[in-house]
Amino acid sequence: MADAGMLRFHVPEPEVRPGGTPDFSNVTIPKAGSVPRPEIDVDPRTIRDMAFSIIRVLNRAGEAVGPWAGLLSDQELLEGLRHMMTLRTFDARMQMAQRQGKTSFYMQHLGEEAVSCAFRKALQPGDMNFPTYRQAGLLIADGYPMVTMMNQIYSNEADPLKGRQLPVMYSSKEHGFFSISGNLATQYIQAVGWAMASAISNDSRIAAAWIGDGSTAESDFHAALVFASTYKAPVVLNVVNNQWAISTFQGIARGGSGTFAARGLGFGIPSLRVDGNDYLAVHAVAKWAAERARANLGPTLVEYVTYRAGAHSTSDDPSAYRPKAESDAWPLGDPVIRLKNHLIQKGVWSEDRHTQAEAEILETVIAAQKEAEGHGTLHAGGKPSTRDMFEGVYAEMPPHLRRQRQQAGV
Amino acid sequence: MPRRTMIEAIRDAMDVSMGRDERVIVYGEDVGFFGGVFRATQGLQAKYGKSRCFDAPISESGIVGSAIGMAAYGLRPCVEVQFADYVYPAYDQIVSEAARLRYRSNGDFTCPIVVRMPTGGGIFGGQTHSQSPEALFTHVSGLKVIVPSNPHDAKGLLIAAIEDPDPVIFLEPKRLYNGPFDGHHDKPVTPWSKHELGEVPDGHYTIPLGKAAIRRQGSAVTVLAYGTMVYVAQAAAEETGIDAEVIDLRTLLPLDLDTIVASVKKTGRCVVVHEATLTSGFGAELVSLVQENCFYHLEAPVARVAGWDTPYPHAQEWDYFPGPARVGRALVETLEA
Repeated sequence: MADAGMLRFHVPEPEVRPGGTPDFSNVTIPKAGSVPRPEIDVDPRTIRDMAFSIIRVLNRAGEAVGPWAGLLSDQELLEGLRHMMTLRTFDARMQMAQRQGKTSFYMQHLGEEAVSCAFRKALQPGDMNFPTYRQAGLLIADGYPMVTMMNQIYSNEADPLKGRQLPVMYSSKEHGFFSISGNLATQYIQAVGWAMASAISNDSRIAAAWIGDGSTAESDFHAALVFASTYKAPVVLNVVNNQWAISTFQGIARGGSGTFAARGLGFGIPSLRVDGNDYLAVHAVAKWAAERARANLGPTLVEYVTYRAGAHSTSDDPSAYRPKAESDAWPLGDPVIRLKNHLIQKGVWSEDRHTQAEAEILETVIAAQKEAEGHGTLHAGGKPSTRDMFEGVYAEMPPHLRRQRQQAGV
Repeated sequence: MPRRTMIEAIRDAMDVSMGRDERVIVYGEDVGFFGGVFRATQGLQAKYGKSRCFDAPISESGIVGSAIGMAAYGLRPCVEVQFADYVYPAYDQIVSEAARLRYRSNGDFTCPIVVRMPTGGGIFGGQTHSQSPEALFTHVSGLKVIVPSNPHDAKGLLIAAIEDPDPVIFLEPKRLYNGPFDGHHDKPVTPWSKHELGEVPDGHYTIPLGKAAIRRQGSAVTVLAYGTMVYVAQAAAEETGIDAEVIDLRTLLPLDLDTIVASVKKTGRCVVVHEATLTSGFGAELVSLVQENCFYHLEAPVARVAGWDTPYPHAQEWDYFPGPARVGRALVETLEA
């Protein structure tokens, strides 16, 4: 019955806070293989329930099951495992480098490695990602040199961005990686614009937009969905739901919609949820969405259900707002371990080979780090020149900047 | 030479640009089939097709944000924001994204877009159809800001803006669309067909960004103006009989400092005028530059005439608008100082 009394203000709260026992019993996890795989030209109205389910391929026994399985060869899966392990090791080293004062700031991917590493393999050369700060797997999985990433993180003399950007705000057109802003959500509508341009130009390339659960509350997210829906833009609209926006749990941005994927339904956009810690599922869904885009079928919204196992950034302390053991209780497990177990189950990988690969990868990352540090770190060694600070504001330097550069004595 | 209204000149600039370069795309609210609420894009959809000129949802942030993505792809979008008063939802996209994309990516991605918007008052538009927000853009590194004052300049500057490799804010003084307006709201307006600056050549031509024009030669005092105020300043000079030199800045960023300094050093006096509110307005920047560069030539304090620091009112439009009487008083005071 309706309550006609005093109005009450509602503020959602997470299930558990520090000191409590982690509890994800409210997260319904469908069985691997249980969600059907529709044809790419499916009528979006007939798959609305997919916005409330979770597409999964790897089961608890490490087997790949169901209609979304079977797209990747053993070789491709081994390569995928290596990419995720590389990203994790890269993160660990750069996290440590920040603690050692070699740079100002870092953001790691711990627990979310599958999302960007697997997605990259569903794209084709020339496609363009508009990433957030937590998709460096797009670069690692595309063979972008780790040394160059580190040069950027260190803002050193070899930094391709000349020391102008915060660490991890990479840019590489060549690798389909749009310049990261550091502002939130702005890139989402830009991705749609890029996709519109590709369609206007009768091109075959598609765009991928990236956003986190918290930033879906920004108006640019909603503008992007309107434009994508109206112009049927060839774009994959990715939402990485890692449960936490710094200290704010996902319920604050999600409101009463049930899931972030459900945001797409009102726009008539096919909207899927996928197990973000399942490399095979991420890749299969990304490929489905990319094929739809390339076939002039328009946008797809994909919510990756994952968990940010680490801190938001090196400036964050998650123990202040969530139980320490929460990440261990996360019901979708760890993406590296799950793919490792699958490959062992298939007989193409082993614990020994895994340990050996970890050592090799660490050696490679350390070698890259040594090379990068040879070009300097934030406060030591080679750095971009003061002159570089004045360049590139415009294609041609206007008189007032030239005067200021002279005043600065460079 | 054909005479055109400012709207016709602006439309012609987009027509010429679209005809020459397939990458030029035009869109915005009501811009496609209807041709825009001021009809600046009339006929462009019929001529170039719906892929090159189309209606956008009412989302300024979406319009500018998508244009940035298109520019990153390699197109040259020229988008319309229906009134400058509506640009604020797009401000983040302009300031944090368009203006900095070249810099932050070290040229890996660039942003050759033009954001056109009608600006200024004089049409009884109230607070949401009358603002002059140019200073919000001149404060942003990486942008170029243009305010044309006549059809001839509007066409040449808009073509130059579309061809420019960086983002350009193109503010169109809407009170000038049909004819020069000197602030005498109770007198009939001269149409552009009777004004020499209504002469707009056919085809392609550009007016370089960053170059001012001297609209009235004079020796007693320099008036720095742009947009509608160019005509108000000229009227004030005529009506006071003061031998003022009126400079039409045309581009606010980058600014033609050389022309300003040469004139003020010659006259020794300077009055800065704009429609926008006074405090932290672009006039403050101009006064500061004049002071820094011409101090030992100045014979009087540099004066400012601007909109009052209130929201733009409706009924009190002509009490608010800095008309020729106020500018004239400032000229007299500057000469007497």
